Amino acid sequence: MSQEKNIKTVLEIKNLNKSFGDNHVLKNFNLKLQEGENLVIMGKSGSGKSVMIKCLVGLMAADSGSIKIHDFEITTLGNKELNVLRTEIGFLFQGSALYDSMTVRENLEFPLRRHNLKTKKDLNADALVAEALKNVGLSQAIDLMPVELSGGMQRRVALARALILKPKIMLYDEPTTGLDPITAKEIIQLMRHIQTQYKTSSIIITHDVDCARVISNRILLLIDGTNYIEGTYSELSNSTNPKVKAFFKN
Amino acid sequence: MIATKTIQDKMFSFFNQIGDISFFAIRFFKEVFTKPFEWKELIRQCYNIGNKSILLVSVTGFILGLVFTLQSRPTLMEFGAESWMPSMVSISIVREIGPVIIALICAGRIGSGIGAELGSMKVTEQIDAMEVSGTNPFKYLVVTRILATTLMLPLLIIIGDAVALLGSAIIEYLKGDVSFLLYFNKVFDALQFSDIIPATVKSFYFGFAIGLVGCYKGYNCAKGTVGVGEASNAAVVYTSMLLFIIDFIAVFITDIFFEV
Repeated sequence: MSQEKNIKTVLEIKNLNKSFGDNHVLKNFNLKLQEGENLVIMGKSGSGKSVMIKCLVGLMAADSGSIKIHDFEITTLGNKELNVLRTEIGFLFQGSALYDSMTVRENLEFPLRRHNLKTKKDLNADALVAEALKNVGLSQAIDLMPVELSGGMQRRVALARALILKPKIMLYDEPTTGLDPITAKEIIQLMRHIQTQYKTSSIIITHDVDCARVISNRILLLIDGTNYIEGTYSELSNSTNPKVKAFFKN
Repeated sequence: MIATKTIQDKMFSFFNQIGDISFFAIRFFKEVFTKPFEWKELIRQCYNIGNKSILLVSVTGFILGLVFTLQSRPTLMEFGAESWMPSMVSISIVREIGPVIIALICAGRIGSGIGAELGSMKVTEQIDAMEVSGTNPFKYLVVTRILATTLMLPLLIIIGDAVALLGSAIIEYLKGDVSFLLYFNKVFDALQFSDIIPATVKSFYFGFAIGLVGCYKGYNCAKGTVGVGEASNAAVVYTSMLLFIIDFIAVFITDIFFEV
């Protein structure tokens, strides 16, 4: 009990609402992420998962509600403060989102350059890029262009880029979507390795039940923009609730 | 009733876009003077826009000069006024035809390129990735591109005009036995500052318009891969219209100040 009390909440969302016209995508959504936790968010397409994660990093403005990361209220932060806070957050985009006019090295150096400009500290870019690429097993791809990489390799490079500033929180938007099962497994293993090595807390949005089983400490089911149910993988996969069962049957 | 509604919707959408582009331009002027300045990216864009358009602009200018001289020669000969050819060609090209044609060519080459590039970056979430990494994508992508087109277009137009005059001189040399020295002496005698300055000034506006519309269409593209094509296409169409409007205003103002 006392151990539970010592666990720090790194991210908290309260009563988050977001609409696009008449389409209410998020309705009083709530979430808490504990330090070192891997929280998986599952839900049907269009249930508001990606919108929620974009509100989290300030890519979309929420209509109402509160988002706190390390006790900073995101919804009221100015751009400068938000950019500083963003260096603590790594974001893996669904389609990797590598800058296709830059080499792998330049892709990885990009967040460092911005960080150096803002903090006036000169980080050793070469060493950090080499380390990040080594961690994802792609040291040899350093001078390639994104177009020369396979889907799985692109995802790994994107992961290396997200990790280059050693973030405390990782956000994964459907990390295994579009990958073959073997590559998807490799990415999941990589995510576990990263969590152990960097001691990150992660929110993982996925449809992949295997991914949820392997990586989650807790799963939250998002239905029609609201928290439907949450629990561990074994709790939810054994649930008799038909809506929950629908997600976990093969 | 349905037709009226459609016209109303189209008018609303048109004025809405004008408003959006105006806000986009205001944001550009706000961001262009605030730190950090993206010098490296600006130079890269200037190189991309300038260097990669030189060949197209030169070929267009050369053919423009050739054709213009070939077409005008018979008419001038009819009136025994061939000797006016260098003056006529140089004034028309430097004042009007050169800037407008080259700006239109650049709207196709540069404007559509910017629209497609930014549109594809938007669709593939590269712009979001930039923002998440703490970069202001508007400053990095939009400000640098608009500045680069504004700075490069006058240079491209000067090069295009020069090559067009060279093309014209070649025709005069071949058909009229006029030496290059005589031809260019006549050209420089005919050209006044009142021809060169307004043309140069308006070419900055042409460049700004190409960059602004291309960036606006690309940056606000939000309909998947179809949207990228639409952004690229719309960038050319809107820029071309805008170029003629700017040209009309420029000629009108020049008329007031220089009494053409």
